[in-house]
Amino acid sequence: MKQLLILSGKGGTGKTTVASAFVALSKAKAFADCDVDAPNLHLILQHSDEQPVLTPYYGLQKAVIDTESCIECDLCRESCRFDAIENLKEKGGYVVEPFACEGCSVCEAICPVGAVRMHPAVAGELKLYKEGAVFSTAQLKMGSGTSGKLVSEVKKQLKEAVQVLPEAVDLAIIDGSPGIGCPVIASISGVDLVLIVAEPSVSGVSDMKRIIETARQFQTEVVVCVNKYDTNPGQTREIEKLCETLQLPFAGLIPFDGMVVEATNRGQSVVAFPCSSGKAIKEVYAKVMKLLFEGVPKRVTGFHNIPVVD
Amino acid sequence: MNSTLASMVMEMGGISMKIAVLSGKGGTGKTMVSVNLAAAAQRAAYLDCDVEEPNGHLYFKPENPVEEPVSVKIPKIDHDACSGCRQCVDFCKFNALAYINKKVMVFDDVCHACGGCAIVCPERAISEWDKTIGKLLSGTSETVEVHSGFLKPGQASGVPIIKEVLAKAPGDGTLTLIDCPPGSACVVMESIKDADYCLMVAEPTLFGAHNLAMVHELVRLFEKPHGVVLNKCLEDSPNPSEVFCTEQGIPVLGEIPFDLELGAINSNGQILVRAQAHYAALFSELLLKVKEADARETAPDSQR
Amino acid sequence: MKIAIPVDENHPGTAVCASLARAPYYLIKDTVSNELTFIENTAANSQGGAGVKAAQLLVDQQIEALLTPRCGQNAAEVLTAAKMKIYKTEYPSAKENLTAFNSGLLATLNEFHAGFHGHGDGGH
Repeated sequence: MKQLLILSGKGGTGKTTVASAFVALSKAKAFADCDVDAPNLHLILQHSDEQPVLTPYYGLQKAVIDTESCIECDLCRESCRFDAIENLKEKGGYVVEPFACEGCSVCEAICPVGAVRMHPAVAGELKLYKEGAVFSTAQLKMGSGTSGKLVSEVKKQLKEAVQVLPEAVDLAIIDGSPGIGCPVIASISGVDLVLIVAEPSVSGVSDMKRIIETARQFQTEVVVCVNKYDTNPGQTREIEKLCETLQLPFAGLIPFDGMVVEATNRGQSVVAFPCSSGKAIKEVYAKVMKLLFEGVPKRVTGFHNIPVVD
Repeated sequence: MNSTLASMVMEMGGISMKIAVLSGKGGTGKTMVSVNLAAAAQRAAYLDCDVEEPNGHLYFKPENPVEEPVSVKIPKIDHDACSGCRQCVDFCKFNALAYINKKVMVFDDVCHACGGCAIVCPERAISEWDKTIGKLLSGTSETVEVHSGFLKPGQASGVPIIKEVLAKAPGDGTLTLIDCPPGSACVVMESIKDADYCLMVAEPTLFGAHNLAMVHELVRLFEKPHGVVLNKCLEDSPNPSEVFCTEQGIPVLGEIPFDLELGAINSNGQILVRAQAHYAALFSELLLKVKEADARETAPDSQR
Repeated sequence: MKIAIPVDENHPGTAVCASLARAPYYLIKDTVSNELTFIENTAANSQGGAGVKAAQLLVDQQIEALLTPRCGQNAAEVLTAAKMKIYKTEYPSAKENLTAFNSGLLATLNEFHAGFHGHGDGGH
């Protein structure tokens, strides 16, 4: 099963729009949403009343103070490097602020009377839809640490569900996390190709570079497309030049199109409508699938056709 | 700020001190809004708390920039004093230590700097050193004092940097805009902790409304006065985010239209209010609305 | 000597696991006694530092040769300090890789990837 991961670096570039379009076009039987902080893919792709299989996800443990045993020696508050413990009259004494607690357990170790204990803490929830296609996703609980581990669980859940299907699945599409941190790194692991949806803006280019850097560290192949390219032809050209310099395959340009908003608001993919962005995405899709299934040509410059953009 | 000065400021009509600008997701326009609100004011401070992907400095291009490293305390082992008991390895909840070939190894990038290993070591063989995990960049851009936090890629946590950025807020009542990281994770919570008012930026899409709902939950949890600014608004188009605000009784303080020219100026890293007069007017108006909304919330008898 | 392989299941016909640090089990082959055993990987569920913990586990088992499809930088640092030899697996099943290793056909693994830092407070 080939795994295609769609990343963007910056948020709001159109990653989910492209991912949902790809799923629609490929009629993919397996896909995942790794943006566990703010999952959106289900808003376009999941419409049935199916209740997903829910699995709680436990993060780091959190400290809890038993105020009855507490002797108010202040050692825990003093030694907490994360300012997570306070003495609050209205809460009955010393309390741990769970959102600030990083689960280091120094307070538990230092308490002279054993009034502090570490407890398992639910940090999110995995969701698995199985009717029709296998769709794996998760929601991180508010205030939790952005989690590479939960992303790994989403991918693991997808893989395991696919393995028990009667028919073999040849393609899985993964809508990745924004940013450049651990969740992104966790999504990259084990994928066959990364498609970067780049935004032609100063911040978009900056973030794109950081993603390429990360993917390269993983020796994972990268292909780039530019979304909303006509909002800034100058920056678009910069991105194309960067791809040439780095000898990265270029999959195409997608114009800004109001139809995207309309399609999204109707809970549908933009390729379901005749429009300029839909047409462009179909072309990008064709190029990406070719690279995914036939392999990326060994560094040959001039591989891609770059349309001239003024 | 001491309590006498604070009450004087409140009597003066509730001048907004710190406004946190946040959104459920990246790309909605948080940085554009916070940068331009700061530039529209007579005088302001801009704090970039999105330490993983700071962008504000790309717009302000601050003059006379000063860099300050930010560090955390990482353990250092005295191998001669170490008895090989492995209590430190067993204690570490982050698996940052290993005991190999009679030596304790420390993995800096995994370490959360909690200080626990030094505390549990029975031989007192662990001391600490300051490891740089990022930096602060400070400078000025016309009327704005700019402070940006940068987290080095691969580091465990951006929270220590956010704390340093927030510590740069001028203590004299100067209007401060806090550009928050996207989402509702703990880094966002850290960024809004000291804010007086939370301004949420929302896009007019199904995604936008969904993400707005998430961040709305967060600001309510922290009991922060809040309002919304709708961005990339299309004329004659239903706005799911606006509908959400109406349903939830959230004040909508402004609407920024979708505008190709605005997008082009912004995507070239330029500050709208300094580029065109009508954008200056738009953001000054928004700033006024935010100040008014905050003043309403900051009644003299409200608890802060 | 003892040889270890990260595997998906704890029976002899098992496939090699794609991940080293988060493999559910390690297969251990003792070439002296010819015994095949399986141990549970307690690092698999770690929030972070799984590579470090998994490597510590293998070192504590006195493994001398590790056969794995990949290895992260942190695990590699631990294993190199322990002077454990790391080889790259070439086949889907554990058995095939053991046979290849015995015939001296497996190459050493020299490329280590950046950590996943898959801990609960990443970018906290």
